[in-house]
Amino acid sequence: MKLSKQDMDPSIRLETATLEGKNKILGFWLFLAAETVLFSCLFGTYLALRTHANGGPTTQELFQLPLVAIATFILLTSSLTSVLGIVAMHKHDVNRCFNWLFVTVLFGLSFLGLEIYEFAHYIHEGLTMSTSAFGSSFYTLVGTHGSHVLFGSIWISFILIQLKSRGLNTDTAPKVYVASLYWHFVDVVWVFIFTLVYLLGTLE
Amino acid sequence: MGGYNFRPTERFDGSTIWDWLTTVDHKKIGILYVGSGLIFFLIGGVEALLIRLQLIVPDSGFVTPETYNQLMTMHGTTMIFLVAMPLLIGIMNYAMPLQIGARDVAFPFLNSLGFWLFFVGGLLLNLSWFFGGAPDAGWSSYTSLALNDYSPGPGVDYYVLGLQISGIGSLIGGINFIVTIVNMRAPGMTYLRMPLFTWTTFVTSALLLFAIPPLTVALLLLMLDRLFGTGFFSVALGGEVVIWEHLFWIFGHPEVYLVVLPVFGVFSDVISAFSKKTLFGYLSMVFATVLIGFIAFMVWVHHMFTDGLGAMANTIFGIATMAIAVPTGIKIFNWLFTMWGGKIRFTTAMLFSVAFIPTFVMGGVTGVMLAVVPADWQFHDSYFVVAHFHYVLLGATVLGLFSALYYWWPKMTGKLLNETWGKWHFWLFLFGFHLTFLPQHFLGLYGMPRRVYTYESSPMVDNINMISTIGSLGMTLGTIFFLYNIVVTQKRGQRAGADPWDGRTLEWTIPSPTPEYNFAQLPLVESYDPLWEAKMNGDGKVPAAEPLGSIHMPSSSYLPLFISIGMFVAGYALILHSYFVAVIGMIVVFAVMGVRSFEVDHGYHLEAEELTGSSNLSGKGVHGR
Repeated sequence: MKLSKQDMDPSIRLETATLEGKNKILGFWLFLAAETVLFSCLFGTYLALRTHANGGPTTQELFQLPLVAIATFILLTSSLTSVLGIVAMHKHDVNRCFNWLFVTVLFGLSFLGLEIYEFAHYIHEGLTMSTSAFGSSFYTLVGTHGSHVLFGSIWISFILIQLKSRGLNTDTAPKVYVASLYWHFVDVVWVFIFTLVYLLGTLE
Repeated sequence: MGGYNFRPTERFDGSTIWDWLTTVDHKKIGILYVGSGLIFFLIGGVEALLIRLQLIVPDSGFVTPETYNQLMTMHGTTMIFLVAMPLLIGIMNYAMPLQIGARDVAFPFLNSLGFWLFFVGGLLLNLSWFFGGAPDAGWSSYTSLALNDYSPGPGVDYYVLGLQISGIGSLIGGINFIVTIVNMRAPGMTYLRMPLFTWTTFVTSALLLFAIPPLTVALLLLMLDRLFGTGFFSVALGGEVVIWEHLFWIFGHPEVYLVVLPVFGVFSDVISAFSKKTLFGYLSMVFATVLIGFIAFMVWVHHMFTDGLGAMANTIFGIATMAIAVPTGIKIFNWLFTMWGGKIRFTTAMLFSVAFIPTFVMGGVTGVMLAVVPADWQFHDSYFVVAHFHYVLLGATVLGLFSALYYWWPKMTGKLLNETWGKWHFWLFLFGFHLTFLPQHFLGLYGMPRRVYTYESSPMVDNINMISTIGSLGMTLGTIFFLYNIVVTQKRGQRAGADPWDGRTLEWTIPSPTPEYNFAQLPLVESYDPLWEAKMNGDGKVPAAEPLGSIHMPSSSYLPLFISIGMFVAGYALILHSYFVAVIGMIVVFAVMGVRSFEVDHGYHLEAEELTGSSNLSGKGVHGR
């Protein structure tokens, strides 16, 4: 794709250079507002049901903080790498932007690997979605977050392919920007999961 | 051409049906919403009529109790989700961008996706009649009744999945409208120069944004409970049924304002236009709209006064509920003061708006009665509640929708609806409405519970039910007049012209029906009521903000339709418990989203010479005059 003058000039923020870009970013912020409400409802449900173990395994018996701490560390670091990707984008450095986002996806996938291991472990310990109301709400809340991580990883991979083939321009830059917004949002949700699910579940 | 055609769509490109299936034009999408909303209105209306016919005499065996439950559930679900919301979103889609002087909405592709998701969701819901039985747990689908133990058939699965799919469509619509209003207003169209209908669209969209996700979660949890054996609402597994009630009403109460606020905007525009006066108390109207939108989220517990949540909770939510009467009262008085001293023209649109005022006040008064907690313990689940919410929902939303349709119909189709038929429609519908629902207050006071398929004979209850059913026949007759009016005027209706009502806002500066690019030149807005201002202080033409030039248009796309079909397949497969097909459906959805992500589509340009029937704007596009 031929780059226009605008695409080359690093003083121009590519993601907000066009009305389409501005619309996309505002629209995405609104979507994140809706997602916030969605997760709030899932958190509320979890908090109401987290002690309803119904004779099955309880939070104290299941949760191990070291594993969760590693997962948290990986995910929060991936937020940092996505910021570094945006910084590179603002300098119109497409290669560096690509590399940082690639690392972000790798972190995302390793987080998912840990989560799958964790769920398999819990199922082995006797907690499934239909063991108890606690199990239902736990897997639904944490699983919804996990599916967001999966969706984000695939999405950013698609954008990476576009960065390779088309470079940075007013069409791809808004995509990179909103994908990073999404990634931060998913990480922030994890901070709440870490606190309200794991810390609250082990420390009491 | 010869040989194999590698672009299969070339064969239907240009055909009318393909054009409508793939359109991304906000006006065509608006018309699609209105058309399908009207079809669902007929379906929901027939369901209501069957309910009333069953109740015309005591101990009637006209329909079975099972069928009655399905009719009652589908009537409520259809009227709220498939009639009120899509008709309003359709009118917003058509009128709002024109009112703010925009060429398009912010996300034309997503707009089309939103419509098709709504449509396949509604289709799925109504297919339940033919395949396995309709949902029968009430429109609020309370657990445990809606769980497998008490609703064993697939009915509630249809409810859960149909509403989930159409709910995603509504959320998309809300985001689209907000971004359009924030980023795409014409030069000079400040927030406080926006017509009231645009303002209510704005606040309604914010309500959609925050109210749909709780519904999404509630439906998700119910789906998991019914299909995958989780225990959110199952007491045996430690679940809590009250979680459903909370989530449902955190959505459900704002939903009431979702369908009422936009018609408040319609009334403001219509009453102002047909009184030939600027809207009285514009700023207080905007303030009241925002305030109502805000309080809408604060009062959901008033649906649960008899749940045993405690006296303090009930008191707080009771008082918060009564507080809504204040901004609503502000609006009512502003409409009255707008008419005061105005040159009123009683067109059909104006009649529907004026008739709304006393009707809604009556509904509001019974609303405050219901907000009194000890009294609610008496009214709870009786016909008094049925009468109340029909007075507010029908009295505002349906009268408002009819008003809006008569008002904007000429802009949408280029033809005026016949006024004589319109007045027959109005009087029959209004009279039938009051005859149906006014007596139901007394049915409630006599102790008749709602949602029961029959009742024992006793003198007053028999008579009131008979009167109520006769009233519903009046509404039916009125609706038939409306349909007849549509058919007749489409064939040989009077041509509308750009400004049939002597209007005040920007949509009346452009030809009817609206050309695909809306405004050949963007208008320059210098006041509230810009067209009226131009008529009073100028040559009747709103100045243009730019010279005539080429206009960028989005290209149409079949991808939204494909995503929606994928969703439909996935939803239906889940209902049939064939999870393999459901996964395939979802893979189609995500694959098409991937295709969209890689698509480079910059649309096309309409050049200045191609712009026909230029608008009612003046000047060569220099700022100022």
